[in-house]
Amino acid sequence: MTSNAAKISVQGVTKTFALGRDTFTALDNLSLDIADNEFVTVVGPSGCGKSTLLNILAGLDEPTTGRALVDGSPVSGPGPERGVIFQQYALFPWLTVRQNVEFGLRTAGVPKAERRKRAEHFIALVGLEQFADALPKTLSGGMRQRCAIARAYAVGPSILLMDEPFGALDALTRVKLQEQLLDTWSKEKRTVLFITHDVDEAVFLANRVIVMAARPGRIYDVVEVGAPARDEDFRLSPEFTALRNRVWHSVYHQDGRTAAPMPSKTH
Amino acid sequence: MSVLDQQGAEATAEEAPAAAATTDAGESAGNAPRPRPRKSALFLALNALSIALGIGLWWALAAAGLKLPTPPEVISKAGTLIGNGTYAKDVSASLMRVVAGFALGTAVAIPVGFLMGWYRVLRSLIEPWIQFFRTIPPLAIIPLAIVVMGIGETPKIFVIFLASFLACVISTFQGVVNVDRTLINAARVLGAKDTTIFARVVVPASTPFILVGMRVGLGSSWATLVAAELVAAQQGLGYRMQNAELYYDLPTIFVGLISIGILGLLMDRLLLLAERKLTGWQERR
Repeated sequence: MTSNAAKISVQGVTKTFALGRDTFTALDNLSLDIADNEFVTVVGPSGCGKSTLLNILAGLDEPTTGRALVDGSPVSGPGPERGVIFQQYALFPWLTVRQNVEFGLRTAGVPKAERRKRAEHFIALVGLEQFADALPKTLSGGMRQRCAIARAYAVGPSILLMDEPFGALDALTRVKLQEQLLDTWSKEKRTVLFITHDVDEAVFLANRVIVMAARPGRIYDVVEVGAPARDEDFRLSPEFTALRNRVWHSVYHQDGRTAAPMPSKTH
Repeated sequence: MSVLDQQGAEATAEEAPAAAATTDAGESAGNAPRPRPRKSALFLALNALSIALGIGLWWALAAAGLKLPTPPEVISKAGTLIGNGTYAKDVSASLMRVVAGFALGTAVAIPVGFLMGWYRVLRSLIEPWIQFFRTIPPLAIIPLAIVVMGIGETPKIFVIFLASFLACVISTFQGVVNVDRTLINAARVLGAKDTTIFARVVVPASTPFILVGMRVGLGSSWATLVAAELVAAQQGLGYRMQNAELYYDLPTIFVGLISIGILGLLMDRLLLLAERKLTGWQERR
């Protein structure tokens, strides 16, 4: 990417959990820089610490050693410049779509008229205008997740942290939402860290794919995708297939050695 | 899509075709399914039939020589009691005790339950007492209450207070403890601090639990009331029944029983109505 200063900088982060008498190393001395407006996907087997990484950046968890910087300052607790989207939508079920989207704005003390205007804008951005006054229980999974995306966007974060946001959706809806997310992202650029277990999704969305390995959680491979036009042609292109195969091998054929060869960036 | 979403998608909704036509070919939305009016009329008719059959069975048993008053005897007794004003006095005395005890019990239980759920320290301090008193039936407190508080209204209201408090405090506390961590995290990443999270996430999320606790508390309030009135009362439905027992006055006992049943049912329906209004956002499984 163009910017030199890293938007997000993870520096030697280790996270261990006590597991009975043993300690479980969720992240082992992990370092990672993400540029401004870069879309990075993280893919890896379960237990590779990808959600732990996201929680540390969100400020919901703390590293055991090392540090995570956002805009050059260490993360301490959640902040409005970092929006988080959870796999289980996490919409407030007693609030309508509009009230959900306005939640963060109310918390920030934005006046009512302004709140309404901004909520309306982001509800329209994800195409939920007709459902602004609906309760989450009446929405499908895909619509709930779009509402959650609008809610995260509304606070005006410069970073979006997405934890397997489309994991609970069927394949068709997932493809729709991927395209819509890219559409939203291209209209309103953000730095995105997107966690997934779906190799296709990781390659399709990303400027750069980070492949992680488990036990201990670490970066196993980095695949540069660059910035191709993301459409059906790209999805069906030989370039996509090649990238996908590369990522697939990294995810499913990890040899288990801690010191895995770290392929150099291809771009 | 999850199972829940599929249920939603199958329900007929006006918006679904519109949504599918615009951006979401793969998605659809639905309102929560409503029972059709024809069906609910059928179920109401079945309710009425069941009640009529029950009364018929009672009448038949009374006619067959069981020591029961017949429905007309009970109705005429009710007429007498209403006519001479004792019924109104009894009902208002009983209602006053239940409402006062229940209102106090709930009003104390909700904040205490919230505090227990929110602060580990307070929970550790309060919980042993609540668990201990929960194992003692409120009725067993009556002798103590009368000795300590005299024979006026105070001991009666106190035991009802205790009964409803214990039922409600446990479920409020459970409600707070059960609040989905993801929702709290979602509020935190949207910039909410503890007070906001409490007021705008924990309170609404635990409302369904509180209302269930209130309904259970109301049930035990009525149960406790009658027993409380059996001891040293001058008025009330329980007292009237106790008094009738001395004179072998079965119709009066029946009037008391049916009144308590109907009043309890009415109050429960009121709470149910509140529950529907306040927790209609819940997904029914």
